[in-house]
Amino acid sequence: MIDRMKDIYAKHKIAAWLILLAILVTMPMYVSISNMRIVCRIMLYVILAGGLNIINGYCGQLCFGIAGFYCVGSYVQAVLMKTYHVSFWLALIPSGIAAALIGALVALPALRLKGIFLGMITIGFSELVRLIALNWTSVTGGAMGIKGIMAPKFFGIKLGGASKYYYIFLGVVLIYLFCTNRIIRSRVGRAWLSIREDELAAKSLGVDIKRYKILNFMYGSFWAGIAGAVYVAYSSYVDSTYFTLDEGFNVLGMLIIGGQGTLIGPIVGSVVAQVLTEALRVINIWRYVVYAGLIILMMWVRPQGLVGASGSMLAGNKAEKKKAAKGCVEKLERKEA
Amino acid sequence: MAALLEAKDVSQVFGGLVAVDHVNMTVNQGDIYGIIGPNGAGKTTFFNICTGFYTPSQGAVFLEGKKISGLPCDKIAQKGVARTFQNIQLFKYMNVLENIKVGFHINTKTSLLDAIVHSKAYKNDEKMIQEKGYAILEEVGLSKYADTMAGNLPYGVQRKVEIARAMALDPKILLLDEPVAGMNPKETDSLMEFILMLREKGYTIAVIEHDMKFVMNACNYILVLNFGHKICEGTPDVVKEDEQVKKAYFGKGVIAARGTKAC
Repeated sequence: MIDRMKDIYAKHKIAAWLILLAILVTMPMYVSISNMRIVCRIMLYVILAGGLNIINGYCGQLCFGIAGFYCVGSYVQAVLMKTYHVSFWLALIPSGIAAALIGALVALPALRLKGIFLGMITIGFSELVRLIALNWTSVTGGAMGIKGIMAPKFFGIKLGGASKYYYIFLGVVLIYLFCTNRIIRSRVGRAWLSIREDELAAKSLGVDIKRYKILNFMYGSFWAGIAGAVYVAYSSYVDSTYFTLDEGFNVLGMLIIGGQGTLIGPIVGSVVAQVLTEALRVINIWRYVVYAGLIILMMWVRPQGLVGASGSMLAGNKAEKKKAAKGCVEKLERKEA
Repeated sequence: MAALLEAKDVSQVFGGLVAVDHVNMTVNQGDIYGIIGPNGAGKTTFFNICTGFYTPSQGAVFLEGKKISGLPCDKIAQKGVARTFQNIQLFKYMNVLENIKVGFHINTKTSLLDAIVHSKAYKNDEKMIQEKGYAILEEVGLSKYADTMAGNLPYGVQRKVEIARAMALDPKILLLDEPVAGMNPKETDSLMEFILMLREKGYTIAVIEHDMKFVMNACNYILVLNFGHKICEGTPDVVKEDEQVKKAYFGKGVIAARGTKAC
């Protein structure tokens, strides 16, 4: 079944992509405005989970603090637009770069720490950024936040509202996918993967671990920053309550559900998480319990995520165990025969 | 013949333990240089010093007369020292070709931006890697495994992939840490032929090994370590007859005891 679908896809590759693109572009025409809001949120989390995927999935670092980078990008964009009256499009790049620079700073402990210890540092960083945003009243507006950030214009058309702003999200997601896909298949991407797989071996092959870890954090946090920058102009308002640790774990949850270290994992994770929580609106707050249950179930049954390959790093132990068990059974059977 | 890799008076101390004690080594161009010794003799520590994983407590290591000890290991790799590990350190969840491609890291220059815009530098690099990667796989007879996940390969083949990956660095010297450990005699023979073939191709190799048959047949010069000390060095024939080596491997008096108690 899957093989046949792959065959069909291989034959009509360009057509398939064009159809998908056409569906995406025309979406606001036949989807209601309230549903477009959900689609916009899915897009936002695709970029956020994607940025986290760069760090956690491709380079094997443990970052819980994605909300911190998201926060930096949002506030830089909001301040540039509101205080300095920079246009949305011009402010976008500095916002991403600001998040990337902070990312480089956070990467410094990553050069020495591994696993959960690095995770703890990123948690601290995330809270630190949020508290600065809350208390640096002269710049960030403190608890009042920054209000009245205008949606941008594109050739005279004001892109306000979910059904129009959707195109900005779509554009950013496509650019993200395009760039990341190319980087992962290049020398830089392979260096990241080699660090994830085996740091010692990577070192012995002349990979400059420090440089590539910093680069990795910068690239991942750049996209988280861009996500924040795009989001503030969409919601027209920003305050520090958006960027709690919960938000960071929420993004991590989506990444785990989708599949780390795959390009479409964050997309699948984001879609599943948003659709699930929206569909279960009837059971009110309990929907988050269902969501949490799903994460636990995923870790248990399919740790590599929905689209993660069975040969992936996370699935590894389980697959090997199964194989070993199978081997033992076969041996026993042979002995009996 | 010029000395390619030289260790002068190298010592490594871990707290109170002297793991390597004033060891000298000279590997010449075209050598297959064997390092042997009982377990815990400091062989792997010595390799780790040569490849920059440790900085020696005393003494220095020179590559073609230039000091390399003290540099980080990626810099040493860039200067032309490639190694394999005792317990295979392959990128398990990447396929064989990708493993080799990582080996080309230091010989390519693609940056992040190059990769995004697919610049000329990127295209040249990728083309070079693809061609040379396949050439290396062809050379070591692994081309049929190119798309196989490295972790799924049999042990003997994984060893070869690791050596092939080190070859991709285009190194001046290859350091192999127990290449035939855990192999059956047939695999050992095939790997020995493989290493002799590498020598013919002009590689200089230093090898740590426990398998005496392998060492005595493949190496042209042997260094014996015991408890961090050098106890003997020379050609296989010299080492075979050395009293201290016999003592280190078989213990004192075993031969005499056999003489009296056997019957």
